[in-house]
Amino acid sequence: MSTAVAQKRGLGAVIWDYLTTVDHKKIAHLYLVSGGLFFLIGGLEAMIIRIQLMKPDNDFISAGLYNEMITMHGTTMIFLAAMPLIFAIMNAVVPLQIGARDVAFPFLNSLGFWLFLFGGLMLNVSWFTGGAPDAGWTNYAPLSTTSPGHGVDYYVMGLQISGAGTLIGGINFLVTIVNMRAPGMTYMRMPLFTWSVFVTSTLILFAFPALTVGLFLMMFDRMFGSAFFDVGLGGNAIIWEHLFWIFGHPEVYILILPLFGAFSDIFSTFSKKRLFGYSAMVFATVLIGFLGFMVWAHHMFTVGMGPIANSIFAVATMAIAVPTGIKIFNWLFTMWGGQIRMTAAMLWSIAFIPSFTIGGMTGVMLAAAAADFQYHDTYFVVGHFHYVIVGGVAFGLFASLHYWWPKMFGKVLNEKLGKLAFWPFFIGFHLTFFIQHFLGLMGMPRRYWVFLEGQGLATGNLISTIGAFFMAIGTIIFLINVVYTSVKEKKVSGDPWEHGRTLEWSIPSPPPHYNFVQTPLVRGLDPLWVEKMDGKEGMTPAEPLGDIHMPNASILPFTISLGTFIAGFGFIYQVDDPIWLVAVFAGMGLTLGSMLTRSLKDDLGHHIHKEELEEDIKKGVGK
Amino acid sequence: MADQSHSKPVHHQEYEKKQHREEMKQQVLTFALMILFTFIAFGMVIFEVDSYFIIPTLIILAVVQVAFQLYYFMHMKNKGHDMVAVMMYGGVAVAALTIITFTSIIWW
Ligand code: HEM
Ligand SMILES: [Cu+2]
Repeated sequence: MSTAVAQKRGLGAVIWDYLTTVDHKKIAHLYLVSGGLFFLIGGLEAMIIRIQLMKPDNDFISAGLYNEMITMHGTTMIFLAAMPLIFAIMNAVVPLQIGARDVAFPFLNSLGFWLFLFGGLMLNVSWFTGGAPDAGWTNYAPLSTTSPGHGVDYYVMGLQISGAGTLIGGINFLVTIVNMRAPGMTYMRMPLFTWSVFVTSTLILFAFPALTVGLFLMMFDRMFGSAFFDVGLGGNAIIWEHLFWIFGHPEVYILILPLFGAFSDIFSTFSKKRLFGYSAMVFATVLIGFLGFMVWAHHMFTVGMGPIANSIFAVATMAIAVPTGIKIFNWLFTMWGGQIRMTAAMLWSIAFIPSFTIGGMTGVMLAAAAADFQYHDTYFVVGHFHYVIVGGVAFGLFASLHYWWPKMFGKVLNEKLGKLAFWPFFIGFHLTFFIQHFLGLMGMPRRYWVFLEGQGLATGNLISTIGAFFMAIGTIIFLINVVYTSVKEKKVSGDPWEHGRTLEWSIPSPPPHYNFVQTPLVRGLDPLWVEKMDGKEGMTPAEPLGDIHMPNASILPFTISLGTFIAGFGFIYQVDDPIWLVAVFAGMGLTLGSMLTRSLKDDLGHHIHKEELEEDIKKGVGK
Repeated sequence: MADQSHSKPVHHQEYEKKQHREEMKQQVLTFALMILFTFIAFGMVIFEVDSYFIIPTLIILAVVQVAFQLYYFMHMKNKGHDMVAVMMYGGVAVAALTIITFTSIIWW
C-alpha cells in the first residue's frame, strides 16, 4: 500500500513511523485498522448473542456472560467501531476536500487517536480480568452502580479515556474546517461531506462533555464512595439517564451525519450530476444537528417525566423527520436523470435509502410517546436502531470505503468482490432486523437472556440468527476483497472514478505527504468539476511554488495516552488495595511529564524545499 | 493587532491610528465600568441589601462584565468572530437546556 517505500526501511521503522506520525493520512490508516478490528470483535459478540437466541431456552452462554456480551457489543460497535471508522474517513478526506496540507492541530490529531485506542483496549482488557461491563451500553444506574466486580469500572475508565480522544478529534476538525480552507473555498462551496463533518464536530463538542460529566459522577460513585445516583443516600438515578442521553442522542447523529455527507458526494459523483438542492442539504444538515439536541428525553418516555415533558420531546423528535425527509428527496432527485454508474459504492448508497427510511419511520412511531409505552425496551427498539445504524452508518462506511479506498491506498477495491460482499450483507441485514420489529410487537423484551418455548418467538428468532450469518459472510468477503485488492489490483490515477468533482480527486492517489504541491484556487462548488468544464486538466494554483512547512512526528501523543491507560488501571484497582495508587501516580506522571515536555520543547516543524517539490513534480506528483 | 508596516499608504496609516485611538477609548471606558460594577457588587453585599434584589442584580452585573470581557477585551465585536460567537452561544444554549431540564424535570 502506501507504505511501499517504508517497507524497504524494515518493519521496526514502519511501526515507529506509525507510532509517531502526525500525518492525517496515516492517522486515517490507524483509525481504519483499529476501528476495523473492533468492528470484528463487536461482530463476533453479535454472533454469540444471535446464537444464544437461535432457539428457545438455549444455554449456549450463561446469563451473566450474555449480559456482558450485549453490553460490550453495543459499547464496542458505537464507540470503538463506528466512531473510529468515521474518524478514519474524516481524516483521510476532509483536509483533501478543503485543499489543506494537514489538519489544524496534527499533534492533537495523533493524541486523539491514541487516547481512543488505549480507551478501547482498556474496555476489552476487562474480558480477561474477571468480567466485562454488564449493565448495558447505556449503563443505567442503579444497575451499574451496584454491578459487582470491576466490569463497569472498565466501562467508566475506558470510555472516559477514549471519549477525551473523540472530543479532541472533534475540536480539531472544527478548527481545521473553519481556518484551513483553500482560497475561494467559501462555506457554501464546501463539499457536503466536509459540511457534515463540520456539523458533526460541533455536535461532538457540545455532546461529549455531558458524557464526560456523567462518567465522572459514575466514577466517584463506584470508586470513591459518593452517592450521586444512590437514592438511598439522597442521590437520583435519573440524573445518569439524562446526562447519558443528552450525550447519547446527539451521538447517534454524530454517527449518521458524516455518512449522510458521504452519500451526497457519492450520489453526485456516480450520477455525474451536481448534488440536487445543495443549499437545502446544508440547511437540513445544520437543522438536524440543532434539533438533535432537543430530543434526548425520547429515550425516557417511560421514566415518568409527566405528560407535558413527554409531549414536548415527542413533537421535537418528530420534527427531525422533516430535514431527514428533505435529504432523502434530494438524493433521489440527484440521481433522477443522472448518468448513473452502478459501482459498489453506489450499490451500498442506493440500498441505504430504503433501509434508512424504514428506520426513520419506526423512529417516528417510537416518538409517539403514548405508543412508546408499548414499544419501549422491546425488540421493536432493537429493530429501529439497527435499521438506522446498520442501514445508515454501516452501509455508509462500506460505501465510503469503496469510494475513497483509491484515495487512501492507491487502488480501487475489486468491484466484483465488492458487489459479492454487498448482497449477502444486504439480504442478511433485512433478514436479521426486519423480523425483530414483529418480535418486539409480540412482546419480546430486549436484553433478555432466553425466551421460552410456546411464546411464538422461535421462528422469528431463528430467521434473525440466519440473517446474522449472512451478514458475517458479507463482511468476510469484504475482508477478502481488501487482501485481494492489495495483492492483485493495479495502481490507479488521481481521479480513478473519472467523474471526480471535489478537490481530493485533483491530486495523486495516495497523495504525497504534503497533499498539494501548490494550494489550489477554488472557483465554485465542486471545484475540480468547474475546472474540467473549462477544459482544464487540474486545479489552478493559488500560490507560487515554494517551500512547504510541515509538522514533525512525535512520540508524545502515544506516551500521554499510555499514561492515562496505566492510571486508569490504578483508579480501578485502588479500591481493592491502595498500593495501586502507585499506578495512578506513575501513569499521571507519564502523561503530565509528556505534556510538560511538549510545552517546554520548541518543535517548529520542518520545511519541504522547493527543489524536492520540483523533483516530485517531474515524477508526476504535480498534476 | 495590525502592524505599523511602512509599506502602507499614508491615509491608511492615519485611518488605523484613528481606529486605535477609538479602540483605546472603549477599552478604558469598559475597564472603568467593570471596576465600578465590582465596587457596586461588593458594596451591595457589605451593606446587606435585600437578597431578593441583590441576587438578580449580581447576576446581571456578572453577565454584563463577561460580555465586556468577551466583546471589548477579547475583540469579539470585531470582524471575523462570527464562528466563535456561534460556538459560544451554542455551548451556552446546550448548557442552559441541561440546567433547565435538571431543575424542571428532575428536581421540581
Ligand atoms: C427520524 C429520525 C429518528 C427518530 C424519530 C428516532 C426516534 C427514536 C426513539 C423515540 C427512540 C427511543 C425508543 C425507546 O427506547 O423506546 C429511539 C431509540 C434509538 N435510536 Fe432513534 N430515532 C431516529 C433516528 C435515529 C438515528 C439516525 C439513529 C442512529 C444513527 C438512531 C439510533 C437510535 C438508538 C441507538 C436507539 C436506542 C438506544 C437504546 O435504548 O439503546 N435513531 N429512536
Ligand atoms: Cu434518540
